[in-house]
Order: sequence, then C-alpha cells, then structure tokens
Amino acid sequence: MSERFINPRVAAVPPSGIRRFFDVAGTMKDAISLGVGEPDFVTPYHIRSSAIDSLLDGETQYTPNRGLLSLRQEIAEYLATRYHVSYDPEKEILVTVGASEAIDLALRACLRPGDEVILPDPGYVSYAPCVTFAQGTPVPVPTLAEDEFRLTAANLEKAITEKTRALIFPYPNNPTGAVMTREEMTKIAALAEKHDLLVISDEIYSELTYSGEKIAFSSLLGMRERTILINGFSKAFAMTGWRLGYACGPREILYEMNKIHQYAIMCAPRQAQVAGFEALKKNRENGFEDVEMMRRSYDRRRRVMVDALRKMGLDCFEPRGAFYCFPSIRRTGLTSEEFCTRLLREYKVVCVPGDAFGQSGAGHIRCCYATDLNRMLEAFSRMEKFIQSL
Amino acid sequence: MQALKSQILEILSADCRIPLERIAIMTGAELSQVAQAIDEMEKDRVILQYSPIINWDRTPRERVEAMIEVKVTPQRDMGFDAIAGRIYRFDEVKSVFLMSGSYDLLVLVEARTLKDLALFVSEKLSTLESVTGTSTSFVLKRYKQDGVIFVGETTDKRLAVSP
Repeated sequence: MSERFINPRVAAVPPSGIRRFFDVAGTMKDAISLGVGEPDFVTPYHIRSSAIDSLLDGETQYTPNRGLLSLRQEIAEYLATRYHVSYDPEKEILVTVGASEAIDLALRACLRPGDEVILPDPGYVSYAPCVTFAQGTPVPVPTLAEDEFRLTAANLEKAITEKTRALIFPYPNNPTGAVMTREEMTKIAALAEKHDLLVISDEIYSELTYSGEKIAFSSLLGMRERTILINGFSKAFAMTGWRLGYACGPREILYEMNKIHQYAIMCAPRQAQVAGFEALKKNRENGFEDVEMMRRSYDRRRRVMVDALRKMGLDCFEPRGAFYCFPSIRRTGLTSEEFCTRLLREYKVVCVPGDAFGQSGAGHIRCCYATDLNRMLEAFSRMEKFIQSL
Repeated sequence: MQALKSQILEILSADCRIPLERIAIMTGAELSQVAQAIDEMEKDRVILQYSPIINWDRTPRERVEAMIEVKVTPQRDMGFDAIAGRIYRFDEVKSVFLMSGSYDLLVLVEARTLKDLALFVSEKLSTLESVTGTSTSFVLKRYKQDGVIFVGETTDKRLAVSP
C-alpha cells in the first residue's frame, strides 16, 4: 500500500542474512548457539556500578555532542599509550552510539554519489549497506583462506578505479578472525597513498588480538591524515548493549561527522559514556585487568575450538583475533546455508552461514567461541555426529 | 613456565576436572609441560587439593556452620601458631585465619546440629588454655563462596544470532 513512499535505494538492500537464522533458532529451546556476535562476559561490575551511581546522582541530561570531555580525554590517553597514536580530545575525537554509528557517519560525511568503497569480503554485514545508504557503491574484494583471509595489496590494487574514494579496513576481522601484519599493512598504506584513498579503519576487535602486534592503521607513516580510526567499548569491555563507540581522525573530517551526529543523534547516552570513562580509567590504572582477563579466556577457547573443528575433519584457518572461527565446510558437499540449516534443525546447533558476510564467505561457517566451554564442547559433539551422518 | 602455571591455575580454579589434554590445547603448551607444571605445583603445595564447591543446602545432609571470632594469648616464641595448630586440628574446624583487628583468630566451624556446635565451642574451644574469649555467629544463608554465586540462576541474555 505505502510502498510508493519508500526510497528504492533502501528497498533494494536485503535485510541481514543473519536475521533469518535468528528467527528459526529463537523458537528452539535447547539449541546451543555459536551464532552470537558478542562477548559472553557481562560488563565488569565496577563499570555497571559507575553508571548506576551516575543515575542516582541525577546525571540525566544531554552531554556535549562530541561526548563528555573527560571520556574523550581518557580515549586520547588510551590510544596514545596502547596504540601510539595521538588525537586531540577537543577536535579529533567523537563519541558515538556504538562503532556502527561511527562507520555510518564516516561514510555519510565523506562519500559523494557514485563513489566506490572497497571492503574486504567476507566482512561485517553492515559495511556494504551503509555504503549504499550513503549513496556510494560497495566494491567487495575477496580475501582467501590461503592468504589467512588478509587483504593483499595485489587484490586491493586490482579493485581500485578512479572512482574509488575509500577503503574500509576491518582488522581483526569479523567473521574470519584474520589479523594483518605490519608488513602487509605498510603495503596497503602505500596503495592508499598512491591512489589517495580515505581509510576507515574499524578496530573494534583490536584488543582481542591473540598473536602478533596490535597496530592502529593511523600509526603507520603518513596515514594519520587519511585515516578515520573507529573503535568502541563493546568487544574489549563486554559492553555491546551500552552502544558506545568513537571515531578519531583529522579535525576537518571529524568536524563534518560531528555535524551529522549533532543533528541526527545529539549525543551518545550519558550513562554509557560515564561507564566508558570508568572502563578506560580503571583499566589504565590496573594494567587493563578486565581486558586481559577476557582476552586470556577467549584465547583458551579459541584453541579448543580450532582443535575440535580440525578433528572433525574441517579445514580451519587459525584465527588470530576477534572471537570467531571460520572453517570451510566444502568437503561435506553442502552449501553454507544447507549446512547451517540442517545442523540447526537436526542437531540444534546454531552457526552462521559464511555467505551472510559476503560472497567469498560461501563454503564457510562462522562459529563464535565466546561461548561457555562446556556448552561449546557439547556443540562440537553434536556437530561431529552431524558431519558423520552426511 | 611461570606464565604457564598461572594459566593452569586460572583454568583449574574454574574447573578442576578438566583433562590435561584439554589444558594443553587451551594453553598451546605440550602435554608433558602441563603435566610437569602441575606436578611441580602439587609438590610446592601451591595446589593442595582438587575439591568441588558444594551447595549443601540442596542436599539432605543436616549441617550448621558458624564463624567464631577467637581472642587468644599468644605464646612466647610460638606467637599464634601453636594455638592455631591446637584449633585447626579439630575435625569440626574447616578454616582458621589469623586476623588483624579486634580479635585474633577467625575460625569457621561446621557441625551436624546446633547443639553439637554449641558443645564444640563451650567444651573444646573455650576450654583451651590460651583462649581468652569467643564470639560465635551462625551462618544463615550462603550467597557466594570462592567466587561462585549460590543464589538465583544465571541465564545467557544474548540473542542466539547476532552480526
């Protein structure tokens, strides 16, 4: 009836492929889910408590558009000490409603109609739709298991045209768990320079890096002026539901991003900001105790999952970041969709089909190891039975 | 080795029934290294026992517990150790701590009935020579012990599938 009011550009974007699965899984009682995309820790108590105190103290008002200055100062301090990049809390940091808002703002502030944005495929489900909503054209670049799902300079260069405006650089990667090395990042940086690309570096999983160094893209020589660094609290501090993220970058770009944010959102919720301040301040003082505790726990479960998947006979690249394994299920002869649907229907285990994250994810499934160890082991034994039944 | 040991302790304190092979996978260490680390920690009395945390309230067993604040006269050359030793040898005594503050020893005692416990305090504990005073408080409800919450249920509040 009311379709005539809808923008065809929006209508043309399909809903997330993950959603369909959710509807089936939601109806099953004893299903074990490896399909989640968030920590299984609850936000540390001292962080929750700080938000409660803030409410009790009557802090119920707007904050500045860019976020509480105290929080931005902590973010600046955090990035300087842990990632060796320096940002001015007054002009170069913007607190957003999750890293997702920051990505959307970056694209909306920078893209002109028809601009091409390169994104590694498989990748997080929001990038391509957000590019489309911002009137750009997403250009997926395949990343392959044999390259450990890293974006190679060669594949990137092949995708660059004169319309290419930006590169979304999401490492550690959801869904593959890939992490880039300094050497490879330097090559990507050289291409960004050569073709004058804006780099939107989504570093939300950065704290969850299990081997190799954590490198902020903007810390590479010459990259600061063309990089928007995006990070947030969801993964490092188990704060997904608080919706708190931030963008850092050159002040000219942040100025425009803040304008959209100011008119569309006003500010991130105050209590989330207070909690974020507590998270960074306390962890700066105690040597990142919360973060390290969770990282160690994920790391152990990561090894257990890789081992179990390989023992089932699946080819599984060893993820070095985030909290997902992305094994190939090709040798079962099923498509990702068939594999996941049957695994759920017949054995009540939820995994996400790899092609929900882009075409290059076909033949893979995403399994999340931010899952209770014993439940995970039960899920593996069900998966093993399923694979043997094929 | 020390890093491996702390990892192992963290793993065992969450689940001490976990097989060695799995600890090896979780830590990325060789099975023999894990076995050696655990052996050493047992020998060094870092690991004393592998015991479960039991919620006795959910079992038919009758049981009362009390915390007793004990004031004692320390003995020459032995300090509090001698009297602590007298106290911790009783089967009823589950834990003994030397405390700072207004009393000296905190003694956790367990008995089958209230009467047994009262008898223990009046006949065994208070009559020890160096004990100058006791103050007994009974445990009414256990909320949390050794990092484990006893009341309520924890449910996974996450969506089954999220991006």
